[in-house]
Amino acid sequence: MAGGTTEARPRGGMKRRVYLVDGARTPFLKSRGRPGPFTPVDLAVQCGRPLLLRQPSVAEAIDITILGCVNVIADEVNPARVAALRLGLGEEMVAFTVQINCGSGMQSIETAFRYIQDGSADIILAGGAEALSHAPLVIRRDATDWFGRFSIEKSVRNKAKRLTELRPRFFKPIVGLKRGLTDPIVNLNMGQTAEVVAHLFSVTREQSDQYAVTSHLRLAQAQDAGFLKGEVIPIVDREGNLYEKDDGVRPDTSVEKLAELSPAFEKPYGQVTPGNSSQITDGASWTILASEAAVDKHRLAPFARIVDSQWSALDPSIMGLAPTLCATAMLKRNGLARDDVGLWEINEAFAAQVLACLAAWEDEAYCKEGLGLDGPFGLIGHDRLNVDGGAVALGHPVGASGNRITLHLANAMKRLGAKRGVATECIGGGQGGAILFEAA
Amino acid sequence: MVGKIWSMLQPRDLELGPIVEPSWRGRDWLLKRGAEDIAWLLLDRNSESVNTLSESVLSELDECLGELKVRLPRGLILRSAKPSGFIAGADIRDFRELRDATELKARLNWAHAILRNLESLRCPTLAVIHGYCLGGGLELALACDCRIATRGASFGFPEIKLGLHPGLGGTARITRLIDPIEAMTMMLTGKTLSASKAKSLGLVDIVTDERHLRAAANAVVAAKPKRAWRGWRATALSLAPARKLAASAMRAKTRQKVRPEHYPAPYQLIELWEQEGGRREAMLKNEIQSFADLLLGETAQNLIRAFFLREKLKKIATSNPTNSDLQHVHVVGAGVMGGDIAAWCALKGLRVTIIDADRLALGKMMKRAQELFAHRLDAAAQRRDALDRLIPDFEDCGVGRADIVIEAVPERIDLKREIFQSIEPRMSDDAVLATNTSSIPLEQLRDVLHRPERLVGLHFFNPVASLELIEVVRHHLVSDEALARARAFCGRIDRLPAPVASAPGFLVNRALTPYLLEALVMLDEGVNAETIDEAAERFGMPMGPVEVADHVGLDICLDVADRLRESVESLPKAPSLLREKVERGELGRKSGKGFYNYADGKPKKISAPEPAEGIADRLLLPLVNACVECLRKGVAEDEETIDAAMIFGAGFAPFRGGPLRYATTRGAENVVSALRELSRKHGPRFAPDEGWSKLDAPI
Repeated sequence: MAGGTTEARPRGGMKRRVYLVDGARTPFLKSRGRPGPFTPVDLAVQCGRPLLLRQPSVAEAIDITILGCVNVIADEVNPARVAALRLGLGEEMVAFTVQINCGSGMQSIETAFRYIQDGSADIILAGGAEALSHAPLVIRRDATDWFGRFSIEKSVRNKAKRLTELRPRFFKPIVGLKRGLTDPIVNLNMGQTAEVVAHLFSVTREQSDQYAVTSHLRLAQAQDAGFLKGEVIPIVDREGNLYEKDDGVRPDTSVEKLAELSPAFEKPYGQVTPGNSSQITDGASWTILASEAAVDKHRLAPFARIVDSQWSALDPSIMGLAPTLCATAMLKRNGLARDDVGLWEINEAFAAQVLACLAAWEDEAYCKEGLGLDGPFGLIGHDRLNVDGGAVALGHPVGASGNRITLHLANAMKRLGAKRGVATECIGGGQGGAILFEAA
Repeated sequence: MVGKIWSMLQPRDLELGPIVEPSWRGRDWLLKRGAEDIAWLLLDRNSESVNTLSESVLSELDECLGELKVRLPRGLILRSAKPSGFIAGADIRDFRELRDATELKARLNWAHAILRNLESLRCPTLAVIHGYCLGGGLELALACDCRIATRGASFGFPEIKLGLHPGLGGTARITRLIDPIEAMTMMLTGKTLSASKAKSLGLVDIVTDERHLRAAANAVVAAKPKRAWRGWRATALSLAPARKLAASAMRAKTRQKVRPEHYPAPYQLIELWEQEGGRREAMLKNEIQSFADLLLGETAQNLIRAFFLREKLKKIATSNPTNSDLQHVHVVGAGVMGGDIAAWCALKGLRVTIIDADRLALGKMMKRAQELFAHRLDAAAQRRDALDRLIPDFEDCGVGRADIVIEAVPERIDLKREIFQSIEPRMSDDAVLATNTSSIPLEQLRDVLHRPERLVGLHFFNPVASLELIEVVRHHLVSDEALARARAFCGRIDRLPAPVASAPGFLVNRALTPYLLEALVMLDEGVNAETIDEAAERFGMPMGPVEVADHVGLDICLDVADRLRESVESLPKAPSLLREKVERGELGRKSGKGFYNYADGKPKKISAPEPAEGIADRLLLPLVNACVECLRKGVAEDEETIDAAMIFGAGFAPFRGGPLRYATTRGAENVVSALRELSRKHGPRFAPDEGWSKLDAPI
C-alpha cells in the first residue's frame, strides 16, 4: 500500500479523528431510455482523474480504494479495482466494492471512516458509481431453461424437436432495473413503499408536488450561483459531447405542471408520480477521507470531520422511514438534539417519503414508541434541509447518491458555516444509513 | 502498467528451451539439445538490443547447420533470445557500402545457399516467433518447415520502403506458401501483419502463448509438419495467363501511389512474379538479379540514406540522457494542433492534461482523439486506456503536475505572453516550457519569464500523426538541460527531433514558404493549378504545392507568408489572388473551396496542359536555395539535419535523399546557374545564396 505506514496506531480502542478532505462527482445524467455513454467505472474514472490531479500528494498516499456500486456490469466485476487501475493508482492498490443497495455510496465512506478511525489506514478514496441506463435486460427464466435444454441436445432431430417448444414470450426480456427496484420479500415496488408511508403520515399529493418544485428550483439556483463548483466536474464522452451539469433539472416546472402527471406506481388513485420521484440517472462521486496525522502531514484543508455513523433497519414495505431510525439513534448516542444540527441532507428517493420522515419526527406517538424519545423529535425546517436540491431534481444513481449527499453536506456546511450536519438516506429493502459531521 | 512483482518475474516468461549446457556457442548464436533431442538454436546478437540479420549472423548459422547435419536432431527450433523480438530485418549497415554488382551478387548467392541448407535439413525445422519478424527475419522463418508465433508477434516485408524487395528468397517462398495475391500485397505495401492475421493467411501455423510454446513445438516435431492446400485462387495463379491478369491489376494500383521512374521496386517485384511465379528456382535466381539492380540504383541508395537520417535524429533524442522520467504532459490550447499533440502523447503512453478556455473545443478534441485511437490501437482495452490518459483539464490542475508544458494557442504574441505569465509560477521546478509557435521568434516570448532558460520551441507539423518531425528550437538563453529534456520528449513519443535555431520560420517553414509562394505567383500569372501540381509531383513531391496550400489553409499560408516576409526580404509578396481568396472565406479544403473545389475532402482536378520545361526548377530551386541559406546561417547544424527535416517534416521527395542531396547529386554549379537564369527571368528572389560556394563537394 502506498504510504502504508500508519502513524501512531492506537491501542485499546482509542479512536482517531477522521476528516473528509476533498471530493468530486460527475454531473448526474438522466437516463434517456437506452444505455448512456458511460459505464459505472467510466463515470468513476471521469471524476476521479481531476480529483486526484488537484490532490497530488494525497493521490500518492492512498491506502485503499472503496467504491459503492449496485448494478455492476459484467465487464467490471469489482468496479473499485478496475477504477483504481484505470485511475493509475498502481498495481499494488487494494480496492473493493461495497453494496447495501441505495446506501452503497455512503457505505464506502462509512467503511473508510471505520478503517481510519481504528488505525488500519490513513487515507482512503471512497466513492460510489452507478449507470442505471446500463441496467441489463434479463432473459426470462423459462427462456433460459429452454435454451439450456436445447443446447445439450446432440442430434439434429432432437434439436428440431426442442425448437417446437420455443415460445414468442421467450424473446421478451425483462428490464432488470424494474426487478431491482422491487422488494422481493414484500413484492412492492419502491414507489409503492412511498405510497405506504405517505398514507401512514397523511402526506398529500400537493405537498409532494410542492416539495418537488422546490427541489428543482434549489438545484437550479445552486448551479447558477456556482455552489457546485469544484464538486461537479464536467465530463466528455467518446463522441466529444460535453456534460457540464446535472441535466435532470427543470427550473421551469411548477405545481400546476406536476399536477397533470398520472401516478407512476399505483394507478389511478396513487400520488407518487414521475414528477415527485427521484429520476433514473447515471453518475459517480468520490470523496477522500484522511486521518488527522495525514491531514497534518500533507497540509490538507478538511471540509469537515466525520463524528459518527449509524445503520438501522425496519420492514421493507416502509423502507422510506428508515432515516428517522438511524439519524435519531446516532444523535442520541452523541447527546445531540434536533437543534444541534444546522444542516440536513435526506436523500430524496421520493418527495412523499422525505415528507413522511419529517412528519414522523413530529409525531409524538411515533417518536416515543418507535424512536424511544421522550417526546417529538420536532420539525426540521426546510431552511436547513436539502438546501441545494436533491434527487428529485438531479436523480438517484443508487450506488452514487449516498456519496453525493455526504460530500455535498460537507461542502454546504463549509459554505454556510454550519457547525454540525447529518446526511441520511433510506435504502431499498428496509434500511437506512446516517453520517454525522462536525465543522473541521 | 506493470507492477513490481510482475516486472521482476517477466524475464522468466520467455521460453528458451531445456535448461542444459549449450552444445555449441558462437558469437551471436547458441545451440541447446535437451532430453527429447530437439535442438533449440537461439539468436542473441552480441552487444545489440535488437536482433538483425548480418553477414556474420548468417555465416555463423551456416557453421552451426553444418554441426547439426553431422548429428541430426529430431527437430530444430529457431528462436530469438531477445525479449524485443525475433529478427527485425537485415542489418542495413551491410548495404551502405556496396557499389559493385558482381560482388553484391556473389554475396547474395552465398546467403541464399545458407537458407537452402536450412531448408534441406532432414529434420522438421520450426521458427518460434515473438515480437518483430521483419524483412530478412521473415525470410529466414520462411525457410523453416513451420512457424509458431506468440500473440504479440508481427510480420512484414518493409523492404519496399527502402526501394527494395525481399532478396533472401522471400519473394519465391512466400508466394508459394500463401495465396500469392496476399503475399504480393504484403511485399508491395510493406505493411506489418498481426499474428492472428498471419495465421489466417497461413503464414504461421500456430499462434499461442509463451507458456505453451514448448508443448506446441514438441507436438509439431512429433507430428511432422504438413503443407495445407492454399485454395483455388492460388492454384489458378500458378498459370501464367492468370498471373498476367493479376499483375496488370497490381501495376494499375501501384501507379496510383508511385511512379515507376521514382520507385522502380514495386514494378520490378510485380514483373518478377508475373514472369517466374510458376517456377520456384527461376524466381529465386531472378530475385537476386532484380534485388542487386535495385540496391545499386539511386532510389534505394537515397531511401537507405533517409533511413539513416531518421536513425541520426532518433539518436539526437537519446544523446543527452536526462535523469528525470517523463510522465505527464500539459497542453494549453485544444485547437487542431494542441488537440492532436495531446492525443498523440496519450497514444504513446503519457498522461496528458489539456486545457482550453473554450470547453466545447475540449469536446471536439476528444472526438478526434477517439478517432486516432480507433485507427491506431487494435484492442478495445488499449483504446480505453489511451482515452483514460487524456484528461480534459476543466479545473486547471494539470500545469503543476506536468514534466513538460506545451503551449499551442493561436499565433498571437500578446496571447502567448499572457499565458506564459499565468503558467510559469505554477510549473514544477524542473518542468520544461515549450511553445509550438511556427513563426514567432522565441526572443519575443521569453522576456516575460522569470526563468527563460527552460523555454524551448517544439514545432510540430500538421498532421501530427503522420509527419514525424518536431523542430526543437533553441535560443541564446536556453539551458542544456531543457534542450536535452525536450529532445528526450520527442524520442519518448516516437517523433524525430531536429535541432534548429530561433530564426524566422525556423527551418522547414523558411524553406517551404518560397516554394508555396512561387506556386501562387505562377497561378497569378495564369498557369493552371493542376499543371503546377503535376510538375511538383513529377519531381517527386507527394502532393503539389497548390494542393498543399489548400490543405494547410490559405489563411494560415497568408499569415505565415506575411510574417516571414517581415524578416526575409527575398520572399515574393503574397499574390493578391491569395488575399482575395482569404477575404472571400475560401480557405482551402477546410471550407470546401480554395484553389480547388473539394468534395468529401478530395480536390476536383481538371485535365490541364502538360507542365512546361522549367516549372519544377522554378518551384523547387527556391526551396533548395533557402536550405543552403539556412545551412550557411547555422539554422540547422549540418546538411543531414536539413535533408532529414525536409523529408520528415515537409514530405520532400524521400527518394531524392533531401533537397541538399538533390542539389549535390545534380551538381551545385548546375543549380547555381539555373538559379541565375531564373533570377534574370523572374527577379532577384532567385539569386543564389552565397552559401553555394561551400557546397560543391558531394555529400
